[in-house]
Amino acid sequence: MDALGPLVLLAPLVGFLLLALFGRLLPRPLVGWIGAGAVGLAFVFALAILSQVLGGQTLDQTYFTWWQSGDFFVPFNLYLDPLSTLMILVITGIGFMILVYSIGYMGSDPGFARFFAYMDLFVLSMLLLVMSGNLVWLIIGWAGVGLSSYLLIGFWYERTSAVLAARKAFVMNTIGDVGMVFAAFMIFLNLHVLDYRGLFSRVHLLPKGGTVITVICLLLLVGAVAKSAQLPLHTWLPDAMEGPTPVSALIHAATMVTAGVYLVARMHLLYDWAPAAATTVAVVGGVTAFFAATIGTSQVDIKRILAYSTMSQIGYMFLAVGIGAYAAGMFHFMTHAFFKALLFMAAGNVIHAFHDDQDIRHMGNLRAGLPITFWTFLIGTLSISGFPLFAGFFSKDEIIRAALSAAGSEFWLGILALITAGLTAFYMFRLFLTAFGWEWLAHDERHLHEALPVQTIPVIILAAGAVVAGYIPVAKFLSPVFGHAAEVGAAAFWGLAALSVLVGLIGFFFAYLLYARRPELAVAWRTRIAPLHALVEHKYYIDELYDRVFVRPGFALARFLNDVIETRVIDGAVNGLADFVMVEAREFRLIQTGRVRNYGLVMLGGALGVVLIVAAFLGYLPFRLGG
Amino acid sequence: MPVPAYSFLMLSGVLFTMGAIGFLLRRNPLVVFMCIELMLNAVNLAFAAMSRYLNSLDGVVFAFLVITVAAAEVVVGIAIIVQVYRAGRQMDVDELDLMKE
Repeated sequence: MDALGPLVLLAPLVGFLLLALFGRLLPRPLVGWIGAGAVGLAFVFALAILSQVLGGQTLDQTYFTWWQSGDFFVPFNLYLDPLSTLMILVITGIGFMILVYSIGYMGSDPGFARFFAYMDLFVLSMLLLVMSGNLVWLIIGWAGVGLSSYLLIGFWYERTSAVLAARKAFVMNTIGDVGMVFAAFMIFLNLHVLDYRGLFSRVHLLPKGGTVITVICLLLLVGAVAKSAQLPLHTWLPDAMEGPTPVSALIHAATMVTAGVYLVARMHLLYDWAPAAATTVAVVGGVTAFFAATIGTSQVDIKRILAYSTMSQIGYMFLAVGIGAYAAGMFHFMTHAFFKALLFMAAGNVIHAFHDDQDIRHMGNLRAGLPITFWTFLIGTLSISGFPLFAGFFSKDEIIRAALSAAGSEFWLGILALITAGLTAFYMFRLFLTAFGWEWLAHDERHLHEALPVQTIPVIILAAGAVVAGYIPVAKFLSPVFGHAAEVGAAAFWGLAALSVLVGLIGFFFAYLLYARRPELAVAWRTRIAPLHALVEHKYYIDELYDRVFVRPGFALARFLNDVIETRVIDGAVNGLADFVMVEAREFRLIQTGRVRNYGLVMLGGALGVVLIVAAFLGYLPFRLGG
Repeated sequence: MPVPAYSFLMLSGVLFTMGAIGFLLRRNPLVVFMCIELMLNAVNLAFAAMSRYLNSLDGVVFAFLVITVAAAEVVVGIAIIVQVYRAGRQMDVDELDLMKE
C-alpha cells in the first residue's frame, strides 16, 4: 500500500510531463490515449488501494522530509483512509470517463495536446490535495488545482471572455488560498504541527469552541468557500463555463469544487471542536443551495444552468458536513460526481450538435437526432432531481433528513434544503423540457448528429452510475473515519422520502405546466413577477455589486498608483537623481582631456603636494602643521 | 671609502626628476615609457640604498616588487603601443587622446 499511493500520483504526473514536453510531436490519437490512459492507470491503482482499505488497512507513510528548520518540519506523507480513498476513486474514475470523452469532444481542436496536458495536471493536483497527509502539501495541491483551472478556463485564450473568466476564477481562488495559508499559520503557531495525525491528536489541547479553533476553522472555510464556489465567493463558477465542456465536467464533478467539501470532512475533528464555525459552514451551504437554485430557474445558457445546479448541490454537501453528517455529504459528493459529469458531457454533445450554440431556447426535439444523449440526460435529470431509487434520491434525502432531525437553526436549513429540492426538480426539468422536449416540432429536418461512440460510451457508463450509485454503502465504508451514523427508523425514512418526492413532483409539475403544456402561461407569470424575475435573472446583481465595490475601486486605485505614484513619485525620484548625476558629470568630464602629459602633470603635482604635507608635519619646513 | 647614503639619494632624486621631466616633455610614446622606467628605477635605487643604510631587507624586497610590477607594466604598455602603431595612428602622445570626454 505504501507503494500504491505514489503510483497513483505518478501516473498523471508522467502523463502530464509526456504531453507537456512532447505532446506536439506525438500523433493525435496517441496524445489522447496517453492523457486518458494516465488517469485510467491511476484508477487501477486506486482500485488496488480500495481493496486494501476494504480490508481495514490505512496508511500514513512519510516518504521524505521536504523541509526541516528548527521545529518546523514538513514531510511528504500520504494519508490514505476510506475518506481519501473515496475521493481518489471518484477523481480518477470519473476523470477517466471525462478524458475519454474529451478525445472525441476536443478531436478537432488545435490545442489537443495542451488540453490533455492541463487535464492531467488538474487530476494530479487534485489527487495531491486529497492524498496529502499534511497541510503544506494540501495547500500545494490546492494551489495546483487553482492553477490548472485557470489554464483550462482560459484554454481558448484568443477569446477575451475566456481570459477574463480565467482571471476571475484565479483571483477568487487566491482569496481562498490566502485563507488556507493563514489557517495553516494559525495551526502551526498554536499546535506546532502540520501533519494530520499530529493535528488530530493535539486539537483537543485547544479550548473547545474557543477563539483560536473557531478562527482556524473559519479561515479554512474561506478557502473551502472560494474553491467550492459558495456564497459569497461563487461568481467565478458560472463564468468558468468559458472553458471547453469537458473542463466544466471535470471542475464540477471530479475535481475542484468538491475540494471544499473534502477539506471540511477531512478536518471534521476541528469542526467538531468549533461548533460555531461548523454552523457557519451549514448556513453557507444551505443558503447557497437555495440561492443558486433560484438563479438556475431563470438562466437560458445550458451550461450556466448546470453551473448553478452544481453550486446548489455543493451547497447541500456543505450543509451536510456543517451539521456533522459528514458521511451523507461525501455520499452526495459521489452520486453528484456521476450525474453532474453525465449532465455536462451530454450537454456538450448537444452543444456540438448545435454548433456551439448554448441557448436552450434554440434547442428542442432532440429525441430523434440525439437518442443516446436524450435518454442519458433524462437519467441525469431524474437523478439530480431526486427521483425515487435514482442515486440522487438517496444521498439528498440523507442530507435533508440529517438537517431536519437536528435542533435549532439546522432545522430551518433542512426546510430550506427541502424547498431547494423542489426548485432543483423545477429548473432541471425546465432545462430538459426546453432543450430536449419533443412536443414542439412534429418532425425533425435539422439533421442533428449524435456524438461519436468515444463520447457516448462514457456518458452511458456514467448514466448507469447515476442510477445505481445510490446503492453503494458509502456511509458504512466511511464509518472508520466518521463513526457510525445513527440508525434511522423506517417511518422517518419513508416519511421523508415521500415528502421529498412530493416536493420534487411539485417542481416537476410546474416545469411541465410552464415549459411543456402551456408556454404562454410562463410568459404571463414572468411579466407578473417582472422585478423578481429580473433580480433572479441577473443573479441578484452580485456581479454588478462586486464590480462596483471591489473591481472598479481596485482599477481606480491601480490607475492612481500608475498615473500618480508611479510616474510622479517613484519615477520622479529615480529620474531626478539620474538627471542630477548627469548634469554634474557633464561638468566633471571636462577634466578628462585624454592627454597623457596632462595627467602626468597632475599626478606629479599631487605627489609633490603629499611630500610637502608630510614634510610639513615632520618639521622639515619653515612652518609646521599639526602638533 | 664607503659612499654615504645621501649620495645615493641625491642620485635617485636626480634620476627621478629627469624621468619626470622627460615624461612631461617628450611626445614619443616609447620615450615616455622609458622615462617611466627611469622614475621607477630611481625609486628602486633609493630603496636599495636605504636598505643597506638601515641594515634591513625591507627596502630590497620592495625594490623587487617594483621590478616585477614594472615588467608587467612594460608588457602591457608595449603591446598597446604596438597595436596603436599597427592601427596606423601617429606616434605622438598628444594625438592619442581618444579617452577624452
